[in-house]
Amino acid sequence: MQLRVNNQDYEIDVNGNTPLLNTLREHLKLTGSKYGCGEGVCGACTVLINGVPVRSCITPVGSTQNKEITTIEGLEQEGKLHSVQAAFLETDPFQCAYCASGMILSTVALLKRNPTPSRQEIVEAMQGNICRCGTYPALLEAIQVAVKK
Amino acid sequence: MEDSLTITRPVTRRSFFKLMGSGLAVIVSAKDVFSSSFISDATLAEDSIAAWIHVDEAGLIQVYTGKVEVGQNIRTSLTQIVAEELRVSMDAIRITMGDTQLTPYDRGTFGSLTTPNMSPILRKAAASLREMLIEMAADSWKTNVTSLTAKEGKVSHPNGTTITYRELTKGKKILKAVNQNVTLTPPEQWKVAGQSLPKVNGRDFVTGKHQYASDLQLPGMLVGKILRAPAYGATLTSVDTSKAKSMAGVTVVEDQNFVGVVGPDTQAVETALWEIKAQWKMKPQPSRATIFNFFREQAQTPRSEANVGNVDSVFQSATHVLSQTFQLDYIAHVPLEPRAAVAQWTGNNLTVWTGTQRPFGVQEELSELFKLPKEQIRVVMPDTGSGYGGKHSGDAALEAARLAKSTGKPVKVMWTREEEFKWAYFRPAGVIDVKSAVSEAGLLTAWEFHNYNSGPAGLRTPYEVPNQKIEFHPVDSPLRQGSYRALAATANVFARESQINDHAHMLKQDAVAFRMQNLKDPRLKNVLSATAEKFGWNKSAADSGQGIACAYEKGGYIGTAVEVRVVNGVAVIQRIVAAFECGKIINPRHLKSQISGSLVQGLGGALFESIDFTEGKIINASLANYRVPRFKDVPEIEIVLLDRPDINSTGAGEAPLVALAPAIRQALYQATGNRQNQLPMLPNG
Ligand code: FES
Ligand code: FES
Repeated sequence: MQLRVNNQDYEIDVNGNTPLLNTLREHLKLTGSKYGCGEGVCGACTVLINGVPVRSCITPVGSTQNKEITTIEGLEQEGKLHSVQAAFLETDPFQCAYCASGMILSTVALLKRNPTPSRQEIVEAMQGNICRCGTYPALLEAIQVAVKK
Repeated sequence: MEDSLTITRPVTRRSFFKLMGSGLAVIVSAKDVFSSSFISDATLAEDSIAAWIHVDEAGLIQVYTGKVEVGQNIRTSLTQIVAEELRVSMDAIRITMGDTQLTPYDRGTFGSLTTPNMSPILRKAAASLREMLIEMAADSWKTNVTSLTAKEGKVSHPNGTTITYRELTKGKKILKAVNQNVTLTPPEQWKVAGQSLPKVNGRDFVTGKHQYASDLQLPGMLVGKILRAPAYGATLTSVDTSKAKSMAGVTVVEDQNFVGVVGPDTQAVETALWEIKAQWKMKPQPSRATIFNFFREQAQTPRSEANVGNVDSVFQSATHVLSQTFQLDYIAHVPLEPRAAVAQWTGNNLTVWTGTQRPFGVQEELSELFKLPKEQIRVVMPDTGSGYGGKHSGDAALEAARLAKSTGKPVKVMWTREEEFKWAYFRPAGVIDVKSAVSEAGLLTAWEFHNYNSGPAGLRTPYEVPNQKIEFHPVDSPLRQGSYRALAATANVFARESQINDHAHMLKQDAVAFRMQNLKDPRLKNVLSATAEKFGWNKSAADSGQGIACAYEKGGYIGTAVEVRVVNGVAVIQRIVAAFECGKIINPRHLKSQISGSLVQGLGGALFESIDFTEGKIINASLANYRVPRFKDVPEIEIVLLDRPDINSTGAGEAPLVALAPAIRQALYQATGNRQNQLPMLPNG
């Protein structure tokens, strides 16, 4: 099967029903995308497919062929952080940071769709991402910093 | 990844430089850190080493501690305190944590003990090192120490000459104990400590580079899964694994009740597990509907926490007596990273990487299971996807090690969310009976408090009451229960502070004033008044409900006030104000983050988190059915930090959680007229 992840082509041998998340983590060794629930409700596994955020834990890898997949590992370009990553690094919202990759990719997708979201729009867009450490107030701040970048 | 066993523990004074390389080191002994009660712990010899700081020949400053990072950002706060006293930048320091092979023994990272125990002593150790470096410079310049200063990794002479730490330590092998009387940098002069510096290694977390235990990969590593029982107490009567065994690349491991499958990837292993046909024998188990009666019926001999005066005679004559019962459900920690471990055997030596708050505890569990001396077991803890008290046990580590042993390959076991809900342990459920009396003047005269099962933490009352009877009634919990952030203090403070609010209400007294006249502890009174002031207590609009509460727990003082408004028939928490004091502040930003995180987590347990179970079966074991706080649930949170530079810092991971629920209860009552005596208060909210 052919996959295109972070602008790189991969040829892999997996069953098309395998969740994209498992394929990324186990076959491509891209472990930045995290498992949090496996049922599409926590957002830890968020990746972008053609720029749209999806829950990779409930996305069969077979459905993602010939599409552009972006994971957290693909945001940094030539050693330069993506502006959303930079905003999160600077604002330092995290505790354990296990939610970080999903939060950052969801923010990237949000700002692509709506470059100047209101606080309410941010909350709506991020409702599917859980931070169990409860850093939501700081995350909101980080997203607002990202908006300005 | 380093995977070989290169060092034989424990590091002793004699073997130190052989193992660590030459340089200059200050050793913190266990008795520097722990109170005598901790030293009685059999595994901790009187002279054992608890931590050390080592300036190696390359000038790199290495700190070793058995504490672990579970998201409380102690890697950062400990680095700050060492950088401050050693006068170096943050990146000159590496902290190695929670590796049983490399770091000194530690009982575990819990109970908010890192900051009160480890931080002050590392501060002294770093200051002692600085003193030694200055003395060495003074020696080599034949001058006296008072004229010399340390700055930016160098010692400077008033004549402008400088010498780097690296030059000073080259070829040296000097080992010293902490100078307990060393001069510390006063907090007013802090430049690095006391500042809101960002997370150490922050970049690795925003780029996905940081590897949690669940992310580790070893060459030739396989994936393992365990066959789980359908309910608590069930035992395996027969199992047919033939189909699973016939699958390509899959190995089935059977050992009585333990059945596991190992294969090349998760998909293969899940399919194989699905093909195993097992019969189980069930044992009668209680359900959620009967659990509170169960606790009363099964209660063991109570343990007395306080017994002064005579509560019964006061109750007989008092006019204002209030007696009520509070209940709380089991709740789950739900660390976003479920339990995970990678195990590898090299001959008879075992290395396990796992996310745990107690790497040395896991080492003991493994040693017991495999009847192997601890020296042959290394447990490494990569900074983990949080714990909140939920990762004290080594379940995944044990499973991975068993499977790795049977297959002769490294094995990773990563629990699913469902497994984490069902087979980890819970915050205990409990029942609390409170009866108390107040005088006409509003003084508490008698206090009787019985806690069933939820635990003894925070059982004592901080209020001045002449007659007290306080007891904890342990029960053999039908569900596996254990530590949880703030332990039972959440339950006990909920009951206690609710009772206090209700007394004030009965007497038509202000809840803050009522507390003030019954409290003595000035630090507690301070946080209470700071909370009231910031909140604008008694000033807000008539269409909202307000509640307040305060508590002291694990060295932290917390006051919390809450405003609730009914919007379209639904009670909504509008605002939380919390004032917190835990001594001297080391990193204000991370402290605020801990407090706010505690409050957000507390919201879940106060309002809607609850484990539902029928006859020993957990029936809401998924994040779709077990609601945790999300972005929309978080109201405006205002935090007041009270800094007490004169008092050693304590941890902040727990105390801030405890006063929230009773404050919400009071605000809900004012806004809706309903008094909730159970947690969660709005299970369908
Ligand atoms: S792991 Fe995919 S949404 Fe939770
Ligand atoms: S920081 Fe721990 S889950 Fe978000």
